[in-house]
Amino acid sequence: MTIKMFIPRESTALSLGAHDVAQALSDYSTQHDIELNLIRNGSRGLFWLEPMLEVETSKGRFAYGPVEVSDVPSIMEDITAHLLSDFTQAHSLALGLTEELAYLKKQTRLTFARAGVTDPLSLDDYLAMDGFTGLHKALASTSQEIVTTVVDSGLRGRGGAAFPTGIKWQTVHDAPADKKYIVCNADEGDSGTFADRLVMECDPFMLIEGMIIAALAVGADEGYIYLRSEYPVADAILQEAIAIATKAGYIGNNICGSGKTFNLEVRLGAEAYICGEETSLLESMEGKRGVVRFKPPLPAIEGFFGKPTVVNNVLSLSAIPYILSQGGAAYQQYGANRSRGTLPFQLSGNVKQGGLIELPFGATLQSLLNDFSGGTYSGKPIRAIQVGGPLGAYLPTSKFDISLDYEAFTKASAVLGHGGIVIFDDTVDMLEQARFSMEFCVDESCGKCTPCRIGSTRGVEVIDKIKDDDSRAANMILLNDLCETMINGSLCAMGSMTPIPVISAYKDFPEDFYLSSNHAVLEETNHG
Amino acid sequence: MQIDFSSDVSNVVKIIDTLKYKKGALLPILHEIQREIGYIPLKTIDIIAKKLQQTPAEIHGVISFYHQFRTSQPGDHKIQICRAEACQSRGSRDLEQHAKDYLAIEYHGTTTDSQFSLDSVYCLGNCATGPNVRINDELYGRVSNEKFERLITTYKTPANGI
Repeated sequence: MTIKMFIPRESTALSLGAHDVAQALSDYSTQHDIELNLIRNGSRGLFWLEPMLEVETSKGRFAYGPVEVSDVPSIMEDITAHLLSDFTQAHSLALGLTEELAYLKKQTRLTFARAGVTDPLSLDDYLAMDGFTGLHKALASTSQEIVTTVVDSGLRGRGGAAFPTGIKWQTVHDAPADKKYIVCNADEGDSGTFADRLVMECDPFMLIEGMIIAALAVGADEGYIYLRSEYPVADAILQEAIAIATKAGYIGNNICGSGKTFNLEVRLGAEAYICGEETSLLESMEGKRGVVRFKPPLPAIEGFFGKPTVVNNVLSLSAIPYILSQGGAAYQQYGANRSRGTLPFQLSGNVKQGGLIELPFGATLQSLLNDFSGGTYSGKPIRAIQVGGPLGAYLPTSKFDISLDYEAFTKASAVLGHGGIVIFDDTVDMLEQARFSMEFCVDESCGKCTPCRIGSTRGVEVIDKIKDDDSRAANMILLNDLCETMINGSLCAMGSMTPIPVISAYKDFPEDFYLSSNHAVLEETNHG
Repeated sequence: MQIDFSSDVSNVVKIIDTLKYKKGALLPILHEIQREIGYIPLKTIDIIAKKLQQTPAEIHGVISFYHQFRTSQPGDHKIQICRAEACQSRGSRDLEQHAKDYLAIEYHGTTTDSQFSLDSVYCLGNCATGPNVRINDELYGRVSNEKFERLITTYKTPANGI
């Protein structure tokens, strides 16, 4: 008999042994005369269950996980003797029908609808699940109509800055130039984030389609994906996907027979966090040190080699095919306040059930934790959560009722950013976390602005003094002043936002800084 | 391993000639040289500069800006430990110390038998299953101290080999 099975070719699954499991499945099948059709799919993003093995049944795909090599014989026996004959199963790793898993059912997967379902490099799979319908609509529209659809969707940049994507496109659309570029920012450097990686590893054609549509909208004929080199699997899959899409006529000099041109290339970063900042990224792509540029001019006016350039995050571009296919209003109906659509949240750190959680904006952090986290991995109570990457605030438990949307986070002096949610249990030392934020800035500052370049080094020193009980009260004032200088005296988010986690650490966890409750730096909180 | 420098030079020239027509060719060139040789020998900087019509200082400035590029030979296997927040919450600070002790080197160091280089990295994008370690192009999740030692044993060439 033939059995169709799925085991992911995605980094998290691979990091937990998916290749070995795939090999064991194949060996077992050979030994037992089973005809195995093994698909290397993407991941569903339920990472605590990886490697998750799925088998196709008459009732849908059935999942087992987390699977180790030693589990393969017993799972295969369960499948052949029970599951595929009478749909009974008794294996301890049996999870049930994949689509019925609560973690998936509670989500609203617009961008991640195909992740884990399809073979990421199968064009047929992509086409069977609405792939390239957005592109065909775009090809039948004027460039202004495409831009207007994106404006109507309310989509805001998913890289962290949340600038309206449609407005950015309009600016590039309106800029007169003989050459324009589309650049995808795939330098996903924030700790606690992996949504971009999942897109590229699990559904690369969606990103490619989004970029082609962007090119049609603004009149660009050349695109680049600036990918961090920490993602070798994504690199390999993207290269293959681009080759397949080119061969099938979606990329090249005659997109789908329209006479329009779009060429696409992957460029690798080289381990520099700052290159996720769009002007630093452009410098890097031009073969220079990734030093941030002054703005204006905006990249939309003078970007890559001085030409009008759309620089969009992976998730922004990946939202585009859905928006074009279903219409701006369909996307816009999800969300809260001026945060429209969905955000793929990434739950990570000290958590039992970490993974990708795509939800409309507006759920509370607490409800997300209740519905998905399963508590901490260590089993100890949660003490702090850092949302929005290394430049995001640490939230204490008293603030977990915050709504997950841009407006609520801005109001709370916190950062929603790229949607990373990192959980810490009660063993965390917040002074050490604050010190790390400064140390990270020392390592990753591009060096252009003095408050960022030198201030971060002084920040580490001052925090060390506070730790060592060296004029603690006075050094806290100094740290507070230093943070203010960095916020006001830095060009980009690196220097101006590094103080956010630091300030949140000493204001919301003052006991870790040995602060008395009437210390001046805390009093400011009451006024602010 | 003894590097034959003359072959490096011809390799580097070939790499530059193949890639220099790209827009902003320097990073692709540096990546390819490092992939081919394992690092970017200082002596190749003049060649790159000349071919790209830039100054050696500019090329050196770019190499030194990016953590990934190195101008000295690494060990046979490159180990990177993630030290970003999500991995910290799962005990990466302990793992970092254990790795340094176990290999008897600090970050940016190479073991005396030249088998392993140790570096840190800020985020490998595997944040739900930390702590994470990358060895060459392979990623490993939930790396305990014991798992780290097992991994090293897997990669290690026995001292009495050949």
